[in-house]
Amino acid sequence: MAKRLNVLLLRGWHALRELSGDNAYELYLKHHASCRTDTPALSRKDFFLRQQQQKWNGIKRCC
Amino acid sequence: MTNNKIFPAFLWMAIALLGAAALGGIALNRGESINALWFVTAALCVYAIAYRFYAAWIAASVLIIDPTRATPAERLNNGHDYMPTNRWIVFGHHFAAIAGPGPLVGPTLAAQFGYLPGTLWILIGAVLGGCVQDMVTLFFSMRRNGKSLGQMARDELGAIGGIAALIATLLIMIILIAVLGLVVVNAMKHSPWATSTVAATIPIAMLVGLYMRNIRPGRVLEGSLLGIILLLLAVAGGGWIDHQPGLRELFDHPGLPLAWAVIGYGFAAAILPVWLLLAPRDYLSTYMKLGTVILLALAIVWMQPHVKMPALTQFVDGSGPIFGGKLFPFVFITIACGAISGFHALIASGTTPKLLSNERDIRMIGYGGMALESFVAIMAMVAATVLDPGVFFAINSPAGMVGKEAADAVAKISSWGFPITVEQMSLLAQQMGEATLFARTGGAPSLAVGMASIFGSAFGQGMLSMWYHFAIMFEAIFILTTLDAGTRVGRFMLQDMLGNIWPKLGETSWYPSVLLTSGMVVAAWGYFLYIGVIDPNGGINILWPLFGISNQILAAIALCVATGILVKSGKLKHAWITGLPLTWLTLITSTAVWEKLTSNDVRVGFFAAANDLAAKLATGILPPEKAAVAPTLILNQRLDAVLAIFFVCLLWLIVLDMLRICVRHLNNKPVPPLSEIPHEVTRLEEAWQRD
Repeated sequence: MAKRLNVLLLRGWHALRELSGDNAYELYLKHHASCRTDTPALSRKDFFLRQQQQKWNGIKRCC
Repeated sequence: MTNNKIFPAFLWMAIALLGAAALGGIALNRGESINALWFVTAALCVYAIAYRFYAAWIAASVLIIDPTRATPAERLNNGHDYMPTNRWIVFGHHFAAIAGPGPLVGPTLAAQFGYLPGTLWILIGAVLGGCVQDMVTLFFSMRRNGKSLGQMARDELGAIGGIAALIATLLIMIILIAVLGLVVVNAMKHSPWATSTVAATIPIAMLVGLYMRNIRPGRVLEGSLLGIILLLLAVAGGGWIDHQPGLRELFDHPGLPLAWAVIGYGFAAAILPVWLLLAPRDYLSTYMKLGTVILLALAIVWMQPHVKMPALTQFVDGSGPIFGGKLFPFVFITIACGAISGFHALIASGTTPKLLSNERDIRMIGYGGMALESFVAIMAMVAATVLDPGVFFAINSPAGMVGKEAADAVAKISSWGFPITVEQMSLLAQQMGEATLFARTGGAPSLAVGMASIFGSAFGQGMLSMWYHFAIMFEAIFILTTLDAGTRVGRFMLQDMLGNIWPKLGETSWYPSVLLTSGMVVAAWGYFLYIGVIDPNGGINILWPLFGISNQILAAIALCVATGILVKSGKLKHAWITGLPLTWLTLITSTAVWEKLTSNDVRVGFFAAANDLAAKLATGILPPEKAAVAPTLILNQRLDAVLAIFFVCLLWLIVLDMLRICVRHLNNKPVPPLSEIPHEVTRLEEAWQRD
């Protein structure tokens, strides 16, 4: 029972992190590693800034 | 029939019966108050049935969704904008993007006709119109690598469609920002508590921005938690400021200076880096929005408040105090978001199609996301109609309609058959921590009073003023997000257009161009906001219908693109799924514009109002303060008329262009080819199974 609750809480936490973009950098690193490119991965800060800039270049929020 | 088929059949029959009973109860109830739970039940049953049967049929038989086909997220996966994502996460992103202040304000204003017309339109409009629009736009964009609505219009219909979509988007953005700015100004007018709380959200957002950039880069959840705690403290702090003589005066302003402040803020926000203000504000507003909507739903189900507004009021004849115009077509114009909103087509052809991991998810995200937004509109309708009708009209009627003095206003409103007293209004204002609640137009204050009374009865009456200002802060924070984001997008669109004339202006990082184009966009919406504030009839009367018309014309453009694609794909016999809502939108927007141009009622017709004011000005019967602004108001009414004509011409242009393409296609003449990306088999599922 306690184990199941733990799993449930952990899942909720992962969903929250993904929904908010809290784990975006980890996803990026994972993708970067799988691409096998020679360019080094961006730092956490540079990635965050690039991501924010890109995000707000288009229509992101509605009436 | 086997057992496992009989049970679902009975279940859906039971849902249909329950929904029909709830809808019947709402529609036929006369003279007594009605439990708000009926609204929730009717809505949930309608959405469930539409989702299970209509949306499933569209997905399977019209769009012919193919779960084996690779989505752009899989084919073009680049780790940031194209990325296969869990469908619940995509649903969350999509819903957070489409749900704005529109579905909260529209139903509140439309409640002047009674609860019934708005409720029926929200339900029917959503399941047959809005949800379908969102779902098919999402589908067609996904099949085209996530192309925007404008690009799809250009590719599928031709240059005219593309230009029409671009201009309509820019104009709707400008009117939307102006009207939302007006809603915030009216909520802050002479309210030190609301003004100081809203003002505090700016440094709080900046602090969160600095935290996420410098102190703990990319730690979004930590930053957001910090911001939310500070926002709640700001609501409480606003109450403290309100009781400090000397300090409260700093935040006690009439409409005009507040409008200038909002205009200045809009300009600053558009030119500041996104990480400093816009991005952190958006995190905060998204959590606030989702949290408050969930809280409101729980409170309504738990408290089951009674709706006191009659099903229909006498204002269906067009004499309504909040906005002029008859039930048809104006209820359909007033409630755009929540029933059908063209703006959603921009989101459904933006980020969302690039995240879908499987075509199967289209129904849940496109159709389901809009159904949930429609449910938010139903809750806003409940929050507006649980108020005593007298209170509702006292808050929402502009001074130009009921008189500036409290005694005149209550006499007038009571004479309509909605009894109210000055004492009742003073007590309410005092409970809410406001100096007055008369003529607080725009929908935000009455929604906040409605929400405060529902929350108050659920979580304790002693906190009414706190709940009221929490609700105002919640509305203001995401209205300001829309204002920032809209100004920025307007700037990009303008730069894109001007870049055709002088390429240097099209460089989005060239500072002189940034300043110039941001200034132009802010000046455009700032003008309408300024006029809205100085207009004694409250501005909402003019701006909200104009916003509704423009938003639905954008929806009509999206539906034109979809209908054109359906016909070109050989699905003529199913083209009614978008053709039907398109016909309805064309009818209501054209009728509304016709009335706005030709009506003799000065509260409806733009020319009637301009001529009436010009005649009064010429005879010299206007008091000096009104005579001073009269020429501006006359000019504005004429400008609004030109704008309305322009909108409807744009609509007919694209409808006729779409019909031309369809007729050519049916006669086997050349048309722009379908731009769908060829089929490629998905490897995601097998990869997941292997993992």
